[in-house]
Amino acid sequence: MTKEHKRPDGRKNSEMRPMSAKIGVVPNADGSAMFSFGNTIAIAAVYGPRQLHPQHMQDPARGILRVNYDLLSFSVSDRKKPGPSRRSQEISKVTEWALLPVVELKEFPNTVIDVQIYIIQADAGTRTAGINAASLALAHAGIPMKNLICSVAVGKQDKELIVDLTKEEEDFEEGEGATDFAIAKIANTNEYTLLQLDGKIQPEVVKEILNLADKACDEIYEFQKKTLKESISK
Amino acid sequence: MKKITEQAPEAEEEAFSEDVPKKRKVVVPGEVIVSGEDYLPGEGAKREGNDVIATRFGLAEEAGRMIKVIAITGAFIPRRNNVVIGRVTDITFHGWLIDIDSAASGFLPLEESPRFVNKNEMDQFLAIGEVVAAKIWSVKAKGIDLAMRGKGLGKLEGGFIFRVIPNRVPRIIGREGSMINLIKDKTGCDITVGQNGWIWVKGENIDAEIKARKAIEFIADKVYVEGLTEKMEGYFENLKK
Amino acid sequence: MSSMPSSNLTIEAMKKIFAEGKRFDGRKLTELRDISITLDISNKAEGSAGVKIGKTEVLVGVKLGIGTPYPDSPDKGNLTVSGDLLPLASPRFEMGPPDFWGIELPRLVDRAVRESHMIELDKLVIEEGEKVWTVYIDIYPINDDGNLIDAATIGAIIALKNTMMPELDKDGKIDYEKKATKKFPLSKGISPISFSFFKLGNSVIMDPTREEEETCEARVTFGLSNWKDQYMINSCQKSGNTPFTKEEIGQIMDLLPKKFEEVNEKLKKFL
Repeated sequence: MTKEHKRPDGRKNSEMRPMSAKIGVVPNADGSAMFSFGNTIAIAAVYGPRQLHPQHMQDPARGILRVNYDLLSFSVSDRKKPGPSRRSQEISKVTEWALLPVVELKEFPNTVIDVQIYIIQADAGTRTAGINAASLALAHAGIPMKNLICSVAVGKQDKELIVDLTKEEEDFEEGEGATDFAIAKIANTNEYTLLQLDGKIQPEVVKEILNLADKACDEIYEFQKKTLKESISK
Repeated sequence: MKKITEQAPEAEEEAFSEDVPKKRKVVVPGEVIVSGEDYLPGEGAKREGNDVIATRFGLAEEAGRMIKVIAITGAFIPRRNNVVIGRVTDITFHGWLIDIDSAASGFLPLEESPRFVNKNEMDQFLAIGEVVAAKIWSVKAKGIDLAMRGKGLGKLEGGFIFRVIPNRVPRIIGREGSMINLIKDKTGCDITVGQNGWIWVKGENIDAEIKARKAIEFIADKVYVEGLTEKMEGYFENLKK
Repeated sequence: MSSMPSSNLTIEAMKKIFAEGKRFDGRKLTELRDISITLDISNKAEGSAGVKIGKTEVLVGVKLGIGTPYPDSPDKGNLTVSGDLLPLASPRFEMGPPDFWGIELPRLVDRAVRESHMIELDKLVIEEGEKVWTVYIDIYPINDDGNLIDAATIGAIIALKNTMMPELDKDGKIDYEKKATKKFPLSKGISPISFSFFKLGNSVIMDPTREEEETCEARVTFGLSNWKDQYMINSCQKSGNTPFTKEEIGQIMDLLPKKFEEVNEKLKKFL
């Protein structure tokens, strides 16, 4: 009998960190939400559909989804200098692609829907927490959507397949090292809208790890749904 | 001179009813509301095979066979025949550019002024920064055309304007205006409610105006409450004490 | 939320309301909204706080880094206050380089903190002339419902009061794994607080909502602190087109000590 792999915080391999979320954290926004995985905390605010300037950026066929993701300076141990970094620019773009397929942009030609995501406290999984927060914020903003988007990072520590890595787990170096695989999908489907991987993982293992991601996303979906419903107080 | 003719029949207002109990539940995008061939998907819903699913977050409402999802938050989506309140941002050769707090700008053509206005006197009729109540005549990709003939429309003078979340406007107006009339009655104020969430209040004195605003904000805060009109009667009674 | 600028109507109505000593939310002209504080909004900061004044919310974090001293102060640590008007916080804030208001906010907080000598910069030297601690205070509004400057200053001083010095490893680099045990060097009993006064017509108000602030024509902000049992004004800046009269400044001077005590009392348990 193999011993159950012990993760530093005592979680089982397939266990996510405790999630928490809150709707409406930015009253000025059309929609907003906070979402956290354990110690990773993200907030997202949605403004739109609203006017897009300059005019030449407007698309007469559909609205534009514009995502801006960044870390607050004090969200990480080594202070991040204010201003967009290449990393944040890349994450902004892949987040846009992660959310785009479910947003019904054809209904809003010539407009923009702005999604602002900021990480207040970072302990790995920041882009996945950001996507979950953005999904909630878009729904809260009443934007027509096909579905919610769920996102989680799955990974591998040497040979162990794990869900929702902490920074400590991302930095693991023994054996095959750590693999970190951020995914996002359209809830209750088999369509993945975000796929980003770093590490060392065999192709056949990828198939297995996606199953773990699917299960985690099912949980995340139920949690997002519950959070949205409970935000309506009688 | 181009004359803008009277509107087509009234656009269907968001159904607001606290008296007829309709089945309502909170739904998220992509969620199945009901299953069955008989149902008709209305606004905020669509059919997928046997299911009617929600296309936005809101309150799913079943009215007979029609299923729709009422949005409770979000930006204002302009529709033809909406009454809106806006602020003049610019004057061009042909009319006034009006900010109606939506993704597209509003435009009020010169011909729409209630009396003849000379091209050189346009800012004397409506200057930048002034406020109008207007009706949306048409919604085009590049902009929204406004018209200003009709009861309660025109340049607004005196009083003040403030904003509530646009989706709350139906409950501020109430069934056939019952709620807004109650507020007008109890405060003695003139009130024009814009579908874009902007509301104009003018009263005999500041206290009356503040009272009206507070009452409206109180209602706008509640997402859905049964018997809201009765509650508001009680609200005003309590203020007297 | 709306990005529509104030209409002439509303500006006139505000003038009338303020002239009667009233406000839409029922407050008096110099009455402040409720303040609520959350400590440790980021466990990666050496000190951090979230401040809510009414619906206005600002997050402030303190980070400490190792750097070289400025040439004209080889025996002092460095202080840098930055901030960003995040587009998240208001439909009026845009992406891109900061506009004047985005530049002014951290500068005002900087002067209120620096001129009060709240931070004992001379105790932040590691090797005189060579290596010093740099204190970074970063300010992020999360929701702008008016009066960001005062909220940000409160956030900064509470974050500082709850800052711990990071431990160094044997190579003199910061070791974030080691538990911090030393308190950040602060002058005893000094807590600067900023008070902004906004003017519309002939009325002067405090702690405006965004709607009120957008109608106002001018603002003057004072940084105030306690020094040897006296109230001292450490910094001041007037912004906007309209002048303040001598009488108005006089009235503000009379009001400041009372307001200082009022806010100090509310924040006592965090300081």
